[in-house]
Amino acid sequence: MADVVTNKTISPAAPKHAPSHTVANIKVVAPPAELAREPLVGNQRSIGWISDAIAGVAEGKTPMWWWMAFVPSVILMTTCFTMIVYLVSVGVGVWGPGHPVMWGWAIINFVWWIGIGHAGTLISAILFLLRQKWRTSINRAAEAMTIFAVMCAGIFPLIHIGRVWLGWWLFPIPNSNGIWPQFRSPLMWDVFAVSTYFTVSLLFWYMGLIPDLAVMRDRAKTTIRKFAYGLFSLGWTGSNRHWSNYEKAYLILAGLSTPLVLSVHSIVSMDFSVSQLPGWHTTIFPPYFVAGAVFSGFGMVLTLLVPLRRLLKLEDIITVRHVELMCKVTLATGSIVGYAYAMEFFIAWYSGNPYERYAFINRAVGHYAWGYWIMIGCNVITPQLFWFKKIRQNMMIVFILSIFVNIGMWFERFVIVVISLHRDFLPSNWGFFRPTWVDILTYLGTFGLFFTFFLLFLRFVPIIAIGEVKAVTPQADPHHPLGGAKEGGHH
Amino acid sequence: MAEFENHEVLVDATQRTYAEGYRKLDAYSPFPVHGLSEALGRRKTRVPLIVLLGGMTGGLGGYFMQWYAMRVDYPFNIGGRPLHSWPAFIPITFELTILCAALSAIIGMLALNRLPEPYHPVFNVPEFRRASLDRFFLCVEATDPKFDLVRTRTFLEGLRPESVKEVTS
Repeated sequence: MADVVTNKTISPAAPKHAPSHTVANIKVVAPPAELAREPLVGNQRSIGWISDAIAGVAEGKTPMWWWMAFVPSVILMTTCFTMIVYLVSVGVGVWGPGHPVMWGWAIINFVWWIGIGHAGTLISAILFLLRQKWRTSINRAAEAMTIFAVMCAGIFPLIHIGRVWLGWWLFPIPNSNGIWPQFRSPLMWDVFAVSTYFTVSLLFWYMGLIPDLAVMRDRAKTTIRKFAYGLFSLGWTGSNRHWSNYEKAYLILAGLSTPLVLSVHSIVSMDFSVSQLPGWHTTIFPPYFVAGAVFSGFGMVLTLLVPLRRLLKLEDIITVRHVELMCKVTLATGSIVGYAYAMEFFIAWYSGNPYERYAFINRAVGHYAWGYWIMIGCNVITPQLFWFKKIRQNMMIVFILSIFVNIGMWFERFVIVVISLHRDFLPSNWGFFRPTWVDILTYLGTFGLFFTFFLLFLRFVPIIAIGEVKAVTPQADPHHPLGGAKEGGHH
Repeated sequence: MAEFENHEVLVDATQRTYAEGYRKLDAYSPFPVHGLSEALGRRKTRVPLIVLLGGMTGGLGGYFMQWYAMRVDYPFNIGGRPLHSWPAFIPITFELTILCAALSAIIGMLALNRLPEPYHPVFNVPEFRRASLDRFFLCVEATDPKFDLVRTRTFLEGLRPESVKEVTS
């Protein structure tokens, strides 16, 4: 078997742990200045460099900061599980809710976490259908965020039902009572929406991972890694048959996820709006919840990716332009949320319904006015700062503002759930809500769950879609001055 | 199996190989390359049909389940409202449509790609490790009626490859 090598020497595969940063010997013909767009991959990196940089994150030595984040996360996660065991063994009385505020932090946290998930699906599906190429650098991490956020969300409805061991009654499984679930109830719709959402997000994420797991397999040095990545990449060869079925399936999944993600938070909002409680019973809820979900999700994506790009040295792949674009989405959805708040107030006045009016005035000046004004401050004012390019380009400020978005969106659900419930129609039905330490520790514990999974994801899985980033770089295009066959290859 | 440096050369080589009369071909690349399916003379993928069938099963099945439960098996009078209250059945019908369609998309994709596949001969070529990283490969299978070890190799060598290798099974 004779190897035939043509005129060029094949440059050896780039060294695994020391990506070369040189881009010497390349003449770049600059496009006219007015047509130039910030490239999606900075510093004219080659496709070999991209594999090294992304796969290197999961291949290199575990950095110190990873352990410093991982250990507290695991402790928090354990706290969460301990609290759940305590709740299940003692009963839901260990939580704050009681008449008339029967829905407390469990529902707030559920809606908050699931809303965060929506940004991942929006990035992976909707931006894909809109051919927004910049999504490729962030979609993998955002999808992972979706899955872990939906996991955190899913815990709460499950444990808040009280008798957790009867949770299977929610599913249409024939049981000895001969009873079916009530399919006309929005709470049942929620069960189907959330479980479908989780399943589809997981499949979408895993499918996108298969080619990249094959990259990891082909770069793996140790037998265990070879075996594990080989197992999960299912024998992917990158053949044209594979790619064409894969691309079509990916496109279809994106098309299916788009209405799905819109339906999930619409259905979550119907948990509230189908009831007749003032403050809940409004038709604006579905679109307003979806916008709020995307807003909070982008807040969380920024909170995660702004420090990560720095820690993992991926500034050339998750560029300032990516961060700026995410800030703009946050601005747009934040403005929709602000508009929805104003419209809610307007309709409460315009409807002439005294209960509706009272509910809204009570939000702004009642017992929990502080919660309302935190919400307004974080969700209406904060995103407006993203109008300024200087702010969008300052990573420190973006990071801080993104945390404000997360806080604000938690308080939005607090306002909706608690403030609406604590003043019923009759003053004899009025009450006050106070969370217990179990409420607080369970909620904090879900952060442990989220970050434990997210950190494991960072260490073992390519956090950026390698194949997709390669396909959007001009370097992959032989007609581009940076790409294709060149004398003295530049890998 | 010939190795190429970029996808343009690969598409060009594939077209020429196909024109030469070879039919049992496959091309391997680190990212999807457009125009390859046409160059290989492939038909359209059947994934959409599978998804359509899966989605229809999910939708019809989901609606039937609710109708059967609420109307037939467990009729429950709530303020005299109709038992077959179809608007309230739409959300779950929709969710189950999406669920079954998505499941059939990924299962259909895997089945059409014959994955999971624990062994594939192309991996016997050491250079093929780079097929997922930055190299492009064209493979003429030995089952092709036109295949001849010497002549096929000579032909592939004329296509500006980086190297030509024999794949042992």
